[in-house]
Amino acid sequence: MSAGSTAEYKMKSPKVAIIDYEMCNLFSVNHACLKEGLTPIITRDPKEILAADAVVLPGVGAFGDAMKNLERYELVDVIEDASRNKPFMGICLGLQLLFGSSSEFGEHPGLGIVEGNVEKFPTVVEGRGIKVPHIGWNRVSFDPEEPIFDGIPNDSFFYFVHSYYVNPSDDSVVLTSTDYEGVNYCSAVKNDNMMAFQFHPEKSGVLGLKIYENWKRMIQARV
Amino acid sequence: MHQRVIAKLDIKGPNLVKGINLEGLRVLGKPEEFSRDYYEQGIDELIYMDVVASLYGRNSIHDLISRTAKNIFIPLTVGGGLRSLDDIREVLRAGADKVSLNTAAVKDPNFIKEAARYFGSSTIVVTIEAIKQPDGSYEVFVDNGREETGVEVLSWAKQVAELGAGEIVIMSVDQEGTGAGYDIELTRAVASLVDIPVIAAGGAGNSAHVADVLTDGQADAAAIASVFHYGHIHKVEGMGHLDQEGNVEFLKRKRSHGKIEPSSVVELKEHLVERGIHCRI
Repeated sequence: MSAGSTAEYKMKSPKVAIIDYEMCNLFSVNHACLKEGLTPIITRDPKEILAADAVVLPGVGAFGDAMKNLERYELVDVIEDASRNKPFMGICLGLQLLFGSSSEFGEHPGLGIVEGNVEKFPTVVEGRGIKVPHIGWNRVSFDPEEPIFDGIPNDSFFYFVHSYYVNPSDDSVVLTSTDYEGVNYCSAVKNDNMMAFQFHPEKSGVLGLKIYENWKRMIQARV
Repeated sequence: MHQRVIAKLDIKGPNLVKGINLEGLRVLGKPEEFSRDYYEQGIDELIYMDVVASLYGRNSIHDLISRTAKNIFIPLTVGGGLRSLDDIREVLRAGADKVSLNTAAVKDPNFIKEAARYFGSSTIVVTIEAIKQPDGSYEVFVDNGREETGVEVLSWAKQVAELGAGEIVIMSVDQEGTGAGYDIELTRAVASLVDIPVIAAGGAGNSAHVADVLTDGQADAAAIASVFHYGHIHKVEGMGHLDQEGNVEFLKRKRSHGKIEPSSVVELKEHLVERGIHCRI
């Protein structure tokens, strides 16, 4: 083996820490990573998280309980660190938690990594009733120049399951937008190394897997 | 909103089964092979219903969920015999995205509230098995349509939504497995009553039935079983791969499917688009 073998291995299959704070949804994220040639580890050990090449914050469940678990497992600072210093992907609740606060089942403070808040979909829009949660496949609009969407046609369908949506204070963090029954909202955010999706790439068939493939390439470019 | 086409697979042990009015189960084959075909054709979601949930069956369905979810990257809802938060947690850990509650929720409505609070509303689906009564009302049944509850369907649906469920599957036990079409009246009554998504189930015999329940029935999604399962079997049969376990006898005897007109996922979605229905294609 050459002296560069560790680096070569990293290039081949970057290690991705999937944060396990008992809010489920780990199985499909894990397998989407495997499918696209990443090396996932499911962990809540801060050392392992900070040693990985990239970090995923998944999440399905209630905002307040999720924050409680993050605090209980002392993951708040680790996530903040990882979100600023590593390729970082939030998914669904993992997007919402990055924000300041949410009103789900009472007012709860979030991680405050992205400025803005989390709001519940109205059940009436322009006098018409709309179904909440927003469940199903919906179109996602983005700037086709974004590397994470390489090879994915603009306005493609991705799978959503949520009752709350994020409302960033700063428009420059908006990565994608989606229209649900007349509510046009931010369905993904990004900054230098962090991106977070309201939809589930790991549940969005072939195009969702493409996001993991593109992300792997972006991680490799940094390793 | 784009309406969803969902394949519903009734599971017994390791097998996909199909019955009429939830009785007289017939083994059709391996669920993961059917699911794979539907996934590749662009099905929007899958539902696995463990129809004879037992302690033994529980481990068996966990394995099946994992085998399925390893290769299929769309939402998978799993139901059948889930009675506690631990039951739900295990199914989600095995690879399910949502769970469907029924009997345990009717017996203790507070279970819906607790589950929604812990796992999030959008993870909790409640299936309502409805049987039409002589006076025209609908009664909630549990245990695959075998046990009456005395609860009226519309009041239960309203309560289910208020308790925090994310979706309702409204299943007509009368229509289930008959291929005679969905109970449009029942579906519309529930869909117009609650502000959470409603999935119609029970009775699809052809593509037109699905289009009808997504338009006249006001359903947000339609669950389809026999139409797709027989469509898949015909396809496999046509490819000369008839040796899969389970369905050989039934296929060799060429028993008729009654009123079922088999269809592929692609054909069915094309029909929906022709009828002006928005769906992912």
